[in-house]
Amino acid sequence: MSTVKQDTRHRDILGTSALRPDGVAKVTGAFSFSSDMWAENMLWGATLRSPHPYARIISIDTTAALLISGVSAVITAQDVPGKATYGLISADQPVFASDFVRYMGEPIAAVAADHPETCRRALAAIIVNYEVLTPVVDPELAMLATTEQIHPDGNLIRHQHILHGEAHITSDITVEGNYTIGMQDQAFLGLEAAMAFPDSGGNGVELHIATQWLHEDRGQIAACLNLPEDSVRVVLGGVGGAFGAREDISLQVHCCLLALRTGRPIKMQYSREESFFGHVHRHPAKIWMKHHATKEGKIVKVESRMVFDGGAYTSTSPAVLINGITHTQGPYQCDNAVVDGYAVRTNNPPCGAMRGFGVVQACFAHESQMDKLAHACGLSPVEVRLINAMHTGDKLITGQVMESVAPVERCIRETDLIPLPAPLALDANVLEFPGGSGRTADRHNIVRGIGWGVSMKNLMYSEGFDDYATARCTLSNGIASLKFATSEVGQGFVTLAPQIARSVLGVDDVVLETSDTQIGSAGSTSASRQTWMSGGAVDGACRLVRERLFEHVGRLHNIDPIRLMIEHTDVIDTIGTFRISVTQATQGITLSETFEHHHRKTEDLDENGQGNCHVAFAFVAHRAVVDVDIELGLVKVVQVATAQDVGRVLNPLSALGQLEGGIAQGLGLAVMEEIILDNGRVKNPSFTDYLLPTALDAPHVVAIMIEEPEPQAPLGAKGIGEPPCISVTPAIVAAIRAATGKALSRVPVRPQDICL
Amino acid sequence: MTVAVPLSLAEAFDELSRTPDARLIQGGTDLMVEINFNHVKPANVIALRRIKELRTWHVNSNNTITIGSGVPYQEMETGQLKELLPALAEAARTVGSPQIRAAGTLGGNLGTCSPAGDGLPVLFALDAIVHLQSLESSRDLSIHDFMLGVKRNARTANEIITGVTVPVLDGWQGYAKVGVRNAMVISVASACLAVDKKSNSVRIALGAVGPTIIRCRDAESWLVQQFDLSIATSIDPAIALEFGRRVALESKPIDDHRSTADYRRHAVGVLAKRLITRAYPS
Ligand SMILES: Cc1cc2nc3c(=O)[nH]c(=O)nc-3n(C[C@H](O)[C@H](O)[C@H](O)COP(=O)(O)OP(=O)(O)OC[C@H]3O[C@@H](n4cnc5c(N)ncnc54)[C@H](O)[C@@H]3O)c2cc1C
Repeated sequence: MSTVKQDTRHRDILGTSALRPDGVAKVTGAFSFSSDMWAENMLWGATLRSPHPYARIISIDTTAALLISGVSAVITAQDVPGKATYGLISADQPVFASDFVRYMGEPIAAVAADHPETCRRALAAIIVNYEVLTPVVDPELAMLATTEQIHPDGNLIRHQHILHGEAHITSDITVEGNYTIGMQDQAFLGLEAAMAFPDSGGNGVELHIATQWLHEDRGQIAACLNLPEDSVRVVLGGVGGAFGAREDISLQVHCCLLALRTGRPIKMQYSREESFFGHVHRHPAKIWMKHHATKEGKIVKVESRMVFDGGAYTSTSPAVLINGITHTQGPYQCDNAVVDGYAVRTNNPPCGAMRGFGVVQACFAHESQMDKLAHACGLSPVEVRLINAMHTGDKLITGQVMESVAPVERCIRETDLIPLPAPLALDANVLEFPGGSGRTADRHNIVRGIGWGVSMKNLMYSEGFDDYATARCTLSNGIASLKFATSEVGQGFVTLAPQIARSVLGVDDVVLETSDTQIGSAGSTSASRQTWMSGGAVDGACRLVRERLFEHVGRLHNIDPIRLMIEHTDVIDTIGTFRISVTQATQGITLSETFEHHHRKTEDLDENGQGNCHVAFAFVAHRAVVDVDIELGLVKVVQVATAQDVGRVLNPLSALGQLEGGIAQGLGLAVMEEIILDNGRVKNPSFTDYLLPTALDAPHVVAIMIEEPEPQAPLGAKGIGEPPCISVTPAIVAAIRAATGKALSRVPVRPQDICL
Repeated sequence: MTVAVPLSLAEAFDELSRTPDARLIQGGTDLMVEINFNHVKPANVIALRRIKELRTWHVNSNNTITIGSGVPYQEMETGQLKELLPALAEAARTVGSPQIRAAGTLGGNLGTCSPAGDGLPVLFALDAIVHLQSLESSRDLSIHDFMLGVKRNARTANEIITGVTVPVLDGWQGYAKVGVRNAMVISVASACLAVDKKSNSVRIALGAVGPTIIRCRDAESWLVQQFDLSIATSIDPAIALEFGRRVALESKPIDDHRSTADYRRHAVGVLAKRLITRAYPS
């Protein structure tokens, strides 16, 4: 619970750069992340994982482990009292593998002991006999009916076809290409960690966990534990980043099972290496795409075939796939489309949600295509994008009408107006060169390139899903307290929610109650949705309380409540001279209201991929300037200029943080971030070898926020979390292409792709 | 695990004879990683950080410099050490982050003896002498005899690396390292080049392209036949290119998850060409 203290001038309302209530604590190290939890009498939990990508389990012998002094419990699949499997969309992933392991790192058993070292010894003492099998790792092969099906549900997770307009139409110009996207990791800094407290009597459990969606966790945990949902309470622990990797179950069920088995609090936390095996990753994808266009550069038809490698279990693959294929056209008008998308099961690590959710993959392909089209028509990258820019009212390739504000043209034009960086100075610091501190380049080795990327991203969940959000507001003695189950994962909802309450209610002091499952769901902190959805719920709850306040004041002072309004921190009569501070007006009374915000309904796609499947969309343009050492294939991203369609800026500092952070993450995918697989084995599960951008890699970001309030959005603000990381990747790759003349059809771009 | 914190070499040897299985720790930037990963579980550790003798360096009368094994990289990046040993300064600057450079040492780099260790190509190019001392005796080993293979060296368990001695050369020297990001990265390929005008020689040593650091003796002797290094001020680009090609031929890289053999071979060739061109701008 944190109190946000304010002085009397009513600061930190919507539109201001209110500071994070947890900001200082995070910077000074005082913030309690979920890995910092500790309890009297607790035990440590740990997980035994498969060393093989694919094997049959012949036997599991836990006898020796149980004999180790200090070990309290060893559990396997036999000890799961409820449902043996879980999953966000399809429950196809075992709590513990019992017959087959289908990816390297799949959990087989868990132990509880008095010390992490005892846990480690216990894990080493569990004897598992495997019949090692040849992993199926190529999605193209995996989806064939003739290939071994590695799961009872089969290898094809989902196929979806889109047919829009005329299938056989063509035009003057066609451009096509094959594109490959590597496996990116969310690489949050705060590792997976949780603490489970068993209820006395063992009929329930309370789990404190870093997660993106408390209620979804609760549902899946309760089913596996065979407990009613209200016997499982899930409380948000301190979260150190998420980016999609905390949407799936990782250690939740294991931790609760051990707590119920031992009757003691259990603490589990993954190491950095284990984290790479403990959560899903971004889908690697192979995309073929072909555009048909007039010789003036106007798109007539797009065709594509997308194959997403889902890894061993379903996770969110079906939804990621739909996002990918329904964004084939990008932010451009397109009347005709033929698209096929496949999400495929393999013995690679499971893939699921990551910032951008399928659109990242599609965008790399369509933006690479736009540059090919520009080249074929003799247009500049800006011209070809302006000619095709989508507008509100256009029909998408799903038949859905674009109802969102769609300032695509403005995004492009305003980005284009941002001044280019100065040329690399003759006496520039070598640290600024590609190669950085390695001092590999001299000034004359460096060539500069400029590239563009523009994207469209859906907001909220799709295909008929009602991902509503709930909030309660209680106002008493001038203090508003807010309760919601929204996961704060770093995005800033703990800053925004008090801003909303201050603006609506005229209060200064806002208390945030614990985020847990003791209130209705908030939905997931993903899909760029919490400002819109939980923001809408908080706004709604506060407005209901404000109505009650006006009724109360009106009754007491004999004024029609309709004449009352909030001005700064006072309730005023808009006609008379009456004025009373909110603090005074709420002395000794308590007003409390709960509100659920639902977005408008969406539909499933039909067999031709037609249907109003998405809620709303946001747009962004990126222009990247890179310096490339062509001979060594090393890259420095100098500047990223961006204009993003944000609807309305609610907190300029927070918004800029999202834009800069997303750009760094998209840069990572463009030039360095990749989980390297060798026949299903992860070769680089560490921050030594899974490279994230450092301060020397991060570009100078020049950002413009385009504010055209979105009528559908409760606060006029669109979600802004995902767009920044989507089109910056193709923009950077286009800039490298411009500097090198190389085709570069794969991300991340590796040095050898440039220079060999 | 016991940790002894001797304040002098004599005390350290005492400890070492009492606990002969002890692991030495200097900055801990390699050893602590191994311990955290459970790769090693030493029962005894002897921390050398408080031993002043190991944390100093000095210029000898014969125009050589002796650097204690406990001098952190940070100290090599600036000041007189940088002026006298510019290649070492450049190599030191590429190591990890400021935190790592404040703790990490040449003693530890030698103790670990990874082919990707950034201090090692410099020591190979300068024909460094490694000083090893035990309770009973001390010996000086050429760096070429010290490093035996991937993470293998000639140190015996009762020896402490006390320091290295390298010559102060008259001529350009520098270090360059290729990694896939612009800082904080393990070497994919690296090279140190040092010219000695007095002996009309050039030395080039390669990192991360073989089981040990590789000195390219053939390319070195070919180059000195092409022009007089002691008087030249610039190099014919064709000669620089050929030098790079010859250096690449002497590398023995492999494919792994950090890069490919082909790229590494190509990269050391480019680095050699660029380093010799920095020495003799064309
Ligand atoms: C984040 C990070 C980044 C890194 N980046 C780089 C990099 O860019 N380039 C690079 O080269 N290295 C890098 N390293 C590795 C490490 O920093 C270097 O190898 C450093 O030189 C080790 O020195 P140290 O004093 O910390 O060694 P320690 O960890 O203290 O010791 C390393 C080994 O040497 C032995 N040892 C130490 N001192 C002596 C002695 N006096 N006599 C005999 N044996 C001894 C120890 O027993 C141990 O086996 C990095 C490490 C980390 C954690």
